[in-house]
Amino acid sequence: MAETRTGPRVGLFVTCLVDLYRPTVGFSAVKLLEDAGCTVAVPAGQTCCGQPAFNSGDRADAAALARQTIAAFEGFDHVVVPSGSCAGMIRVHYPELLADDPAWAHRARHLSARTHELVSFLVDVLGVTGVAARYPDAVTYHDSCSGLRELGIKAQPRALLASVDGLELRELPGAEVCCGFGGTFCVKYPEISNRMVEDKAADIAATGAGTVLAGDMGCLLNIAGKLSRQGSPVKVRHVAEVLSGLAGDVPAIGETGR
Amino acid sequence: MHSTAHSFPENSRRALENERLQYMLRKSGTGFQDKRRRAAERLPEFEDLRDQGKAIKNHVLENLDVYLEMFEAKVTEQGGHVHWCRTAAEARDTITEICRNAGAKTVTKGKSMIAEEIAINDHLESNGFIPIETDLGEYIIQLRKEPPSHIIAPAFHVSKEEVADAFRAAHTELPKDRPLDEPRELITEARLMLRRRFQEADVGITGANLLIAETGSTVIVTNEGNGDLTQTLPKVHVVLASIEKIVPNLEDAATVLRLLARSATGQEFSAYTTFSTGPHRPGDVDGPAEFHVVLLDNGRSALLGTEFQEVLRCIRCGACMNHCPVYGAVGGHAYGWVYPGPIGAVLDPALIGIKEAGHLPNASTFCGRCEAVCPMRIPLPKMMRHWREKEFEQKLQPPAMRRGLGVWAWFARRPALYHAAAKMAIRTLGRFGRGKGRFASLPLADGWTRFRDMPAPEGRTFQDLWAEKQRGGR
Amino acid sequence: MSDQSKGEARNQILSGIRTALKRGPATDAQRGAAAERVRTHPRNLVPARAQLDHEEQVALFVRMALEVSCTVERIPDLAAVPQAVAEYLAGLNLPAELRVAPDPELSAIPWAERPTLTVTAGRARDADAVSLTGAFAAVAETGTLMLVSGAERPTTLNFLPDTHIVVLRRDQIVGGYEDAWDRLRAVQASFEGGMPRTVNLITGPSRTGDIEQTIQLGAHGPRRLHVLLVGE
Repeated sequence: MAETRTGPRVGLFVTCLVDLYRPTVGFSAVKLLEDAGCTVAVPAGQTCCGQPAFNSGDRADAAALARQTIAAFEGFDHVVVPSGSCAGMIRVHYPELLADDPAWAHRARHLSARTHELVSFLVDVLGVTGVAARYPDAVTYHDSCSGLRELGIKAQPRALLASVDGLELRELPGAEVCCGFGGTFCVKYPEISNRMVEDKAADIAATGAGTVLAGDMGCLLNIAGKLSRQGSPVKVRHVAEVLSGLAGDVPAIGETGR
Repeated sequence: MHSTAHSFPENSRRALENERLQYMLRKSGTGFQDKRRRAAERLPEFEDLRDQGKAIKNHVLENLDVYLEMFEAKVTEQGGHVHWCRTAAEARDTITEICRNAGAKTVTKGKSMIAEEIAINDHLESNGFIPIETDLGEYIIQLRKEPPSHIIAPAFHVSKEEVADAFRAAHTELPKDRPLDEPRELITEARLMLRRRFQEADVGITGANLLIAETGSTVIVTNEGNGDLTQTLPKVHVVLASIEKIVPNLEDAATVLRLLARSATGQEFSAYTTFSTGPHRPGDVDGPAEFHVVLLDNGRSALLGTEFQEVLRCIRCGACMNHCPVYGAVGGHAYGWVYPGPIGAVLDPALIGIKEAGHLPNASTFCGRCEAVCPMRIPLPKMMRHWREKEFEQKLQPPAMRRGLGVWAWFARRPALYHAAAKMAIRTLGRFGRGKGRFASLPLADGWTRFRDMPAPEGRTFQDLWAEKQRGGR
Repeated sequence: MSDQSKGEARNQILSGIRTALKRGPATDAQRGAAAERVRTHPRNLVPARAQLDHEEQVALFVRMALEVSCTVERIPDLAAVPQAVAEYLAGLNLPAELRVAPDPELSAIPWAERPTLTVTAGRARDADAVSLTGAFAAVAETGTLMLVSGAERPTTLNFLPDTHIVVLRRDQIVGGYEDAWDRLRAVQASFEGGMPRTVNLITGPSRTGDIEQTIQLGAHGPRRLHVLLVGE
């Protein structure tokens, strides 16, 4: 292990779902970033990016959380997020949310410019072309909506997965179709959400893959919950777990524990 | 049109259980999406044209009064009449007055969403006129006495067997044992029955995809030819259009038209794109003697200068609903009013009120496909979010949800408290879930656990573990 | 509505627009700019596909027209029209009867050379199964015909009969819609008010997908659109 790291200073925005549900994803992100030469810190002043408030029309709380996040992450070269939707919230929506606040508008824009989703950061900013992980399984990949459409994440996870030893990537039919999570949507309109996730589960089954991956915990919890209810043996993991090699340390999402 | 939008949850549940509807939705599958994508890929300039379409419409909206006055002057110059109507009621009265003055009996209609909006058919009938829809899809739903379920394919939800049933019930003068199994047979029969109506009509009402200020023309974009027979054969042609349909000149029309058919059906151009200007000219041997344009506001001008202004760029192509996974699951009727899908989620609350249509902007995951394919680059999810903001301000959301989100935000704004509470809660939840890895049911989470398991958390928060790691050194 | 309330409605809508846009009546500069945009009608982006040389335009028009289920036959001159029509109708087992637009541009067609063809001129009647018209222009970009109405060009010929034959000269083919508009403007003076009553842009025969999304030709308009492309 190197004594001192002089690479880029990265602040990790963990996201509430990773923090609460699956810390292994956070540790995977740290490992991937450190392996690529970054110094990683995790400011304690972070909680939630504010998406739930924002998407429910509560602009005041959303703006308050935006200011809190901006303040917590000032001083880092980059802010990296293991979630397309949270990264999208910061990159795309913070500037819009605080556009009329003279004290915060430029700070929001400054944070936005420095913030990246994890896999996109590795590939597009750091130029990482491969990882030294092993995951011998047929794997299929779901493109989470925000990451895809707000941040252009499509080729990057596939490029890194191609370098994982033993991993066979099978394209998911309808990879770009929403899984039906949508934050509170899945509990406000459960029947429609269920139809959407059933379609996603059927597409996953059709690939014959043993594992499905994505970059967003919301999608993953939704998909894992459905596959589990169906008694499906398909494993559900965050792409960061597989890329970091830490997948072996923790059961798949929803799998029987130790 | 009478709204059932407030019943969207119930409507959508029934839609999901409706086997016939589900069969039709699945049959359509990704057809429209594939066609649109192929058409867009075939035209290298497509993305630039979308930008130009957006710019044209933005320019028009900033100068809407100017272009409408120019249009009116041109229409009048060529012997037509322009009628300005603030409300649906004024538009209905204007149209019946025109029909009455013409001594009309039969009124043929081309497809028009505005006509649905003002519910003109019922009004014509109660005033003693006979309105006949001539677009095949509209004719089918007129016979079935139901509203359209899609803005360009109104009978999207109807199977061919159901069409045959409707024809047998309505066309009683035809031989009962005639075959009506194949689409070809159905279309031949519709053509035959409607041909007579076209010839009988005293007044023809069409909508307008575009109004052109330069020439005082109205434009319809169709494939069947019914819109053209509707406006050419009767002695009176009435165009019903909302005020934001206007573009400055023929070149601007060409730009929009390059986007429209490709986005709607994946066609390069529709079979019939028709520019109508005024009544017939001296010497013409066909064409209407009278030309009326009924300009309808009905809430459009109120959207100008608001965060919803951009929805007025819509050219009614239907691409948004063709790509929406929610529309794809429940179909158009579930939305309960004239405009379904993502455009409906933004426009319906504007036209019939957020209290009535509030579910529509909420029934979205913000997946963003609608915005990705909208030819006029309308930021539909953003405007749905603006409706949710209005509901929040007016306290229209379910109290439990509002409280839950409020509690979440309260904690999230207090990081130290948040982390301490999360640490405790997750250790507890983790202990309960450790054995099975998932929860089959959770109190307060029935919306989730009715259909899905809830995976168990790892059992410690990241912040908890990270702090521990920092304290312990490496 | 009374005339007075009609005027009120108009004023209210216009002032509603201005209030919403947070301004008064449009300034002279604004009106001037709008009038200029209308008067000079500058072209927006025209796809490369619409900017080929004439030979390529003709070839593109034919390709695109065939794609939308037109049929196209090339003939050397108007003298060849009667035979081409007679053979076309015979090939489809259709009666040798034709309703023709009384268009001066078609007057050079020597119908008398084909006496077995019954040819009458005028607007379309219900019983007319086959019509023949000229065209004003054709747009190569999408295989689109432009037909304009007039005393000698009844619109009903384009829609009522089951089969529509269009006599199109090579030199009528242009690249894009903008070129077609320019041609129309060039003869604007010949239309009262500056536009004909109807301009039809026709791209293939009538069709519908309203029955279970399967495309069927011949919904209300013609099922067949046959183009006789005239010229070497």
